[in-house]
Amino acid sequence: MIEVRGLTKRYGDKLAVDGLTFTVRPGVVTGFLGPNGAGKSTTMRMILGLDAPTSGAATVNGRPYREYRDPLREAGALLEARSAHPGRSAYHHLLSVAQTSGIRRSRVDEVIDAVGLREAARRRAGRFSLGMGQRLAIATALLGDPRTVILDEPLNGLDTEGIRWVRSLLRSLAAEGRTVFVSSHLMNEMSVTAEHVIVIGRGRLIADTSTADFIARASRSTVRVRATDPGALAAVLRGPDVTVSPGPDGELTITGLSTDQVGTAARAAGITVLELVTQQASLEEAFTAMTRDAVEYRAPATESAATEGAQR
Amino acid sequence: MTPMTEPSLSAAPAIPAYRDMQRVTLPRVMRSEWTKLRSLPSTLWLLVATVILVAGGGLLAALLQLSALPRGHAAIAAFNPAGLSLTGVGLAELTAGALGVLLVSGEYATGQIKLTFTAVPRRLPVLWGKAVAIVLSVLAVSLASTLTAFFVTQAILAPHHLSTTLGDPGVARAVFGSALLLTGVALLGLAIGALLRSTAGAICTLFGLLYGLTIVAGFLPGHVSAEIRKYLPENAGSDIGAVHPNAATLTPWTGFGLFCVYTAVVLGLAAWLLRRRDA
Repeated sequence: MIEVRGLTKRYGDKLAVDGLTFTVRPGVVTGFLGPNGAGKSTTMRMILGLDAPTSGAATVNGRPYREYRDPLREAGALLEARSAHPGRSAYHHLLSVAQTSGIRRSRVDEVIDAVGLREAARRRAGRFSLGMGQRLAIATALLGDPRTVILDEPLNGLDTEGIRWVRSLLRSLAAEGRTVFVSSHLMNEMSVTAEHVIVIGRGRLIADTSTADFIARASRSTVRVRATDPGALAAVLRGPDVTVSPGPDGELTITGLSTDQVGTAARAAGITVLELVTQQASLEEAFTAMTRDAVEYRAPATESAATEGAQR
Repeated sequence: MTPMTEPSLSAAPAIPAYRDMQRVTLPRVMRSEWTKLRSLPSTLWLLVATVILVAGGGLLAALLQLSALPRGHAAIAAFNPAGLSLTGVGLAELTAGALGVLLVSGEYATGQIKLTFTAVPRRLPVLWGKAVAIVLSVLAVSLASTLTAFFVTQAILAPHHLSTTLGDPGVARAVFGSALLLTGVALLGLAIGALLRSTAGAICTLFGLLYGLTIVAGFLPGHVSAEIRKYLPENAGSDIGAVHPNAATLTPWTGFGLFCVYTAVVLGLAAWLLRRRDA
């Protein structure tokens, strides 16, 4: 269980994380989504006590992570694909981490075998491919048999086989009752891996919901219509839960109505419809649009701050 | 270098349970830091380089001396065979100091520090563990190399009746003290590395403190310069390696004690910041 309450991180005059509140529950894979620079890594570092929040707090399994005397039992983390010193062998890397908590050497061999690195364990981590580096990092995260797993972009740099492997690993970790919190900047990737998603943009919470619900909400289809009098049609169609945005050539893009509803409304208003189609946005597009909105929402504030700065 | 071929993965990953007791303790973190130190080729090479500089420096100085042996009572009386054997110690300060810096700055450069602090969230044991690892390894290596340098040099000088023994006044202190100085410089390097967290910045600062200050002090008027120089880290620290202390320096143990105080202050500041800064 990870609980984040009003978590905020300010760097100078930039808010990297802005009042985040959410709970990550055990037993399911929770995806942590947002474009690059949204504040995902900063949030994870604060959860693990590496960065101090400007305000707010985060707990892992009920307590601030820095208070634990058996930290590797409470949380296993992958924060960077290449966190091992390139000059050190995979075995000695894992051994040095295990020794801090008194974890037996046999456990080091166990996790090396589990991620399929037995043959490479004595070679320097600097010579590993990105995929092998990710697996070493995953082995490191699992050393202490942690109750909570926090992985920052664990699918980066993996080939298809590697991605499948990590996905099934994450599901089995969650099935064992662990809390599994996994970040990604790719929506499609997470839609098949995570059951629950927490979406942030510009450090702010956008969504905290089941993946199925998020997909239904995000990929709401739109209707594109071309008509003889687009202005009049737009006025007729507008209403609660309906957005109408005019495009080039008098085209209208409508969300919240079906093609049937648009066609019927046009006939009732005496407007001739020239073209009427449904457009299904891809999940990735919808996600991009949603997080971009978050960016635009914050843009005016940033601009006025910049202007003030210039005036001074 | 080309990356290795990917070992294949089993379709269904299985991570066995691990139910044994886990607890972070200072001795365990010390063991971990010892594992880190001995498993990195770069740190091992710096230890080897320290041996080569101290032992090789003494050997070379003794061989060169053979072509210019002191003649006459005054010259022989002024000849310092123990000091000659420790010629390489000054150079070895560079490798010992760099070793201390790298032990901590290397973790920041590679990002491993985040993992280290995830495993040891209280952080301070990491600094103490590194300090113990560096003190033990550099002390062992420095003692072995200063003693080797001393005995080899005296063996070369013995046929010319110019050698000395560890029993002569000041000799044992100079030989063992030089090893202590190298250990202290390595610890100062570690402290500066932990403070600045960048390899280049920490190495420049370390050598600036050790040698740069002495050079700057040289620009001052003679008597002021001499008075200030006594208290500078390198000058104070190396007093312990002098067989015959002179009036212009602090006494050997006072000088080395002052060097230790400087090191303790930097290490204390590094420890204070370590707990407060973002990793």
